[in-house]
Amino acid sequence: MNAIPAELLNILIGLVAVAASVGLIGLVMVWVERKVAGHIQRRPGPYEVGPSGALQPLCDALKLVGKQLFMPLGADPILFWLAPVLAFLPVLLLFLPLPVGDGLQALDVNLGVLLILAFSGLAVLSVLLAGWASNNKYGLLGAARGVAQAVAYEIPLLLSVLAVSFVAGSLDLAQVVKGQGTWPWNWNIMTQPLAFLIYIVSALGETNRAPFDLPEAESELTAGFHTEYSGMGFGLFFLAEYANMVVVCSVATALFLGGWHGPVLPGPVWFVLKVSALMLLMVFVRWTYPRVRFDQLLVINWKWLLPLAVANLLLTAFFVKLAQFA
Amino acid sequence: MTTYQNNDHLAGDFYTQNFAKTAGEGNLILNLGPQHPSTHGVLRVVVELDGEYIMRAEPVLGYLHRMHEKMAEVKTAAQFIPNMGRVDYGHALGWNWAFVGAAELVGGIEVPERAEYIRVITCELNRIASHLLWWGAYLLDLGAFTPIMYAFDDREKILDILQDPTGSRLTYSYYRIGGVAKDLSADCIRRIQEFIPWFRSRLPMYKDLVSDNIILRKRIEDIGVIEQEVCRRFGATGPVARGSGIKYDVRRAQPYSVYPKLDFEIPTSNLKCARGRYDVRMAEMEQSLRIIEQALEMMPEGEVLVKGAPKPSWKVPKGEGYFAVEGARGKIGAYVVSDGGKNIYRTKLRAPGYCNLSLFAEVSQGTILADAVAILGSLDLIIPEIDR
Repeated sequence: MNAIPAELLNILIGLVAVAASVGLIGLVMVWVERKVAGHIQRRPGPYEVGPSGALQPLCDALKLVGKQLFMPLGADPILFWLAPVLAFLPVLLLFLPLPVGDGLQALDVNLGVLLILAFSGLAVLSVLLAGWASNNKYGLLGAARGVAQAVAYEIPLLLSVLAVSFVAGSLDLAQVVKGQGTWPWNWNIMTQPLAFLIYIVSALGETNRAPFDLPEAESELTAGFHTEYSGMGFGLFFLAEYANMVVVCSVATALFLGGWHGPVLPGPVWFVLKVSALMLLMVFVRWTYPRVRFDQLLVINWKWLLPLAVANLLLTAFFVKLAQFA
Repeated sequence: MTTYQNNDHLAGDFYTQNFAKTAGEGNLILNLGPQHPSTHGVLRVVVELDGEYIMRAEPVLGYLHRMHEKMAEVKTAAQFIPNMGRVDYGHALGWNWAFVGAAELVGGIEVPERAEYIRVITCELNRIASHLLWWGAYLLDLGAFTPIMYAFDDREKILDILQDPTGSRLTYSYYRIGGVAKDLSADCIRRIQEFIPWFRSRLPMYKDLVSDNIILRKRIEDIGVIEQEVCRRFGATGPVARGSGIKYDVRRAQPYSVYPKLDFEIPTSNLKCARGRYDVRMAEMEQSLRIIEQALEMMPEGEVLVKGAPKPSWKVPKGEGYFAVEGARGKIGAYVVSDGGKNIYRTKLRAPGYCNLSLFAEVSQGTILADAVAILGSLDLIIPEIDR
């Protein structure tokens, strides 16, 4: 009976849990976003279906599933349908190394940060494939923007994460969390405020959220790279976007905000609370600011975020070395 | 399923193919519109893109042509007034006024003073509503989702006020040859008086939250610079010309109605860019409030429709006349030629948006696609008005 190794079982249970929770998170986040957006815009948001419209996203999801899958003429059928799947599948993997509570981690690897960063990079590929394969000029422009943006913003993201890893001396998310304490002044955000700021801005760019939602800027490119997708093709991109938001917010929580640490309440509750707060911040930003222009977006990245991240990293390395001698 | 060996089916129509003849090697021909979120209706712009840079742009018009000028030839003057409300849904009363004014000019009909003031008040309210519509939609173009909801909130109040005397909310046909259809009720005047301080209190909020926002400023400052010479060459009027520093406003340049008695400024901006046009429109809303305030005070009692006003079957006497008013988008002109017959022989409508759009091809050259959207929005285009 011992044919299945414990680690594999762990991953399997984790994957099932993640697959279930990603769908749930997607539904909840769509509802939260629409509700918050509604109140920001002085309107009620969805309120017809279920209590306060809570079942509206479920109905929308059912509608999306029921829709005909449509492919434009001249599109590459294999790549066209591969793109949304490719957008969604890595996301499931990204959830595995997230330490939700003490010891509550689907995949306990000592390179958790690296794993997440590597697989979140795959999102670029799906954007490129979607834009290219749909044989649509808007899609192509959106894909070109998406690739340039994702490549640019991955670097400061990586550098800001590295700075925290230097302090913690580990690339394992659970280890980084263990290095932090219960109270906010014990968290990494106190020692690495600049890295946190860079991380949040880069995360907005990385997840294509407003004000950096240029690959799908609807007033310029109708819907950007997913212009031609309908039904669940679009649904998967949509779900992947929200799941990606959860991942970057979770990583930010683990790296900067003390992860599961917190007084009174149990660890996982604190983790979810902190992630939710960050998610709300992203929703607020989206419904408040205009969109930046593409060249401005790259200027912010190459001229500000990248040098700052490098300086921050060097400074951190210097002090870490100094602490070793002391 | 039909399989295509090449992309022949995507070659495009006459306009695209003609445009593509002179395209540079490897450049992308893209049709912005006729169905596109940022063209506010059915404007089509064919652009030649090198990466994201626009090498050439060419607006293609006519998707919303409704033959208003032809309809004017088969209707009596009074029957044609409802058409004017449908030329420009943003500033319908301005168009009402232009045509009614031209018919009165040819017919030699005096308008009672109270009617003139009512026209000023309603026209300025409509101008604020139009600018609010533009403001919200423009920010939507720039990717800010929320302001349009606030703009529509304010606009809703104006529509509620105008609904009382005019009986409609968007496509007004309220002015009559020789006055207006209905007097402003006491309740309506009270609501206008309540609206003025309320809207004044909203404007600083818009300035703090939106106009001074750094992302917005970066998006519209120094974008779409229109030189005065270009404005003159293409006949641009309204906030587009004033945003380039040309102090031309029909209310002052060719005074009509009771505007000479009213004290207001003509906001101009020397920035010449999208920001200049933005500032001018925001300032114009304040000036319109000033005008309404004064007009409400100075409005005399009396008739709103001249005694013996023309009946629907009234024949415009032989002659011709041109009447221009300052619309929300610029100079609205109506040229009426009558041979004394049942219908007006010919009516020519001058749409400000047509001239304002025509300079887009020149201004957008060499800009980024996102800037082109910002420029297009800053011209405040209402497509039904351009196509007529």
